[in-house]
Amino acid sequence: MKPALFAYVAPQSVEEALELLASDEMARPLAGGQSLIPTMNFRIAAPSALVDLRRIGALNGHAVEGDVIRVGAMTRQRDLERDEAVQRANPLIAEVLGNVAHIVIRNRGTVGGSIAHADAAAELPCMLVATGGTVVARRAGGERTIAAEDFFLFHMTTALEAVELLTEVRIPALPPHTGYAFQEVARRHGDYALAGVCALVTLKDGVCSAVRLAACGVASKPTRLAEAEAALLGAPPEGEALARAAEAARDYATAADDRQASTDYRRDLASALVRRTVTKAADRARERA
Amino acid sequence: MARPTARKELIGQSSDPRVPVSMTVNGERVEREVSPRMLLSDFIRHELRLTGTHVGCEHGVCGCCTVIIDGKAGRSCLAFAVQADGADIRTIESVAAPDGSLHPVQQAFRECHGLQCGYCTPGFVMSIVDYLEDNPDPDLSEDAIREVLSGNLCRCTGYKNIVAAFRRSAELMRGSR
Repeated sequence: MKPALFAYVAPQSVEEALELLASDEMARPLAGGQSLIPTMNFRIAAPSALVDLRRIGALNGHAVEGDVIRVGAMTRQRDLERDEAVQRANPLIAEVLGNVAHIVIRNRGTVGGSIAHADAAAELPCMLVATGGTVVARRAGGERTIAAEDFFLFHMTTALEAVELLTEVRIPALPPHTGYAFQEVARRHGDYALAGVCALVTLKDGVCSAVRLAACGVASKPTRLAEAEAALLGAPPEGEALARAAEAARDYATAADDRQASTDYRRDLASALVRRTVTKAADRARERA
Repeated sequence: MARPTARKELIGQSSDPRVPVSMTVNGERVEREVSPRMLLSDFIRHELRLTGTHVGCEHGVCGCCTVIIDGKAGRSCLAFAVQADGADIRTIESVAAPDGSLHPVQQAFRECHGLQCGYCTPGFVMSIVDYLEDNPDPDLSEDAIREVLSGNLCRCTGYKNIVAAFRRSAELMRGSR
């Protein structure tokens, strides 16, 4: 229950951090530590060095700019959750964050840390996939933006290269005429989800003109439920179309049986959660209209 | 039987340089040199001998080790002491007044019998002190209170009296404003 030995550095700039990370492939960046430190305490992870990002002012802070919310990697989850401008721009974010562990964990946990950690059952990655967000990855002498769907490759595995640092997360604002919902089922409130579904439903004349659905906890990474989206497109978000969407969601639950749940149970959860979140998102879309 | 020497060599080779840290703990400035891997919880208990901060699970689940770091409650087992360099830390020892009179949250736990063995209590008290300082007019519905308390585990009994203590804490703190 104590971590293995490691070296510790707390650089003042992104450039310095990149240099340190590039010099030692076993070094890891440390953000809020709410996922990394427990894995180190268990000695599941034993990095040779931690590059603590807390002194890098450029990674802090967030702002709503037009129809995108720019979030510095070191922004604390609780700060984003409580920001009124962010709540106005995309209320889905606070709803999702309310399911991330506990307040005391969110006080220290960072947005960039959770996204880069990429747990397949985590809520923030699922939200980023559902909203079509992007991440910014910096490396010495350059940066690239990566779409959420290309970023998450597998449980705890992302498209980030060893010489790159996630510096920013960009979350689109909620589009007009669109309702949102996130719901999950967990053994205890605050646990990782056995299954969770994020829904964005855009209504025009009572039918779905756009639908985005993503699930966490059901597969090896946060997953777009494309077939379920297709079942709803052009149809009212209820009745036959909703039944077909809920049915289509089942096949995305591929996680093997584990101590917490069986694959069959997760298939049922994916289906039930699509039904509930689409209904709630559609209600909210009507309220906004 | 001779001890295997390989292990000793390994220890000899591994470098564990001490890193200087200085922080304010309960209003007092402290300076130490620590191993980077020393958890903040161990720093508080072993280096500073402030043993009111309890250690339960050491992986962020139980909440016993909750302290207030730069004005926000956090798990001290999910932080390294080196990360707290320059920080302002408040532990359970700072909560009661210097004359020993109880903080409203402590008073409420006493009145409502919000504890049995007391192991989890410092963590609950620190979480609630921080929450009520931040949210002086909290939602006092059962669901909302349980949401706030969900990050702390009590294994003696149910949470009924702890929920009652939260409500009473909010009342007492409002009264003392």
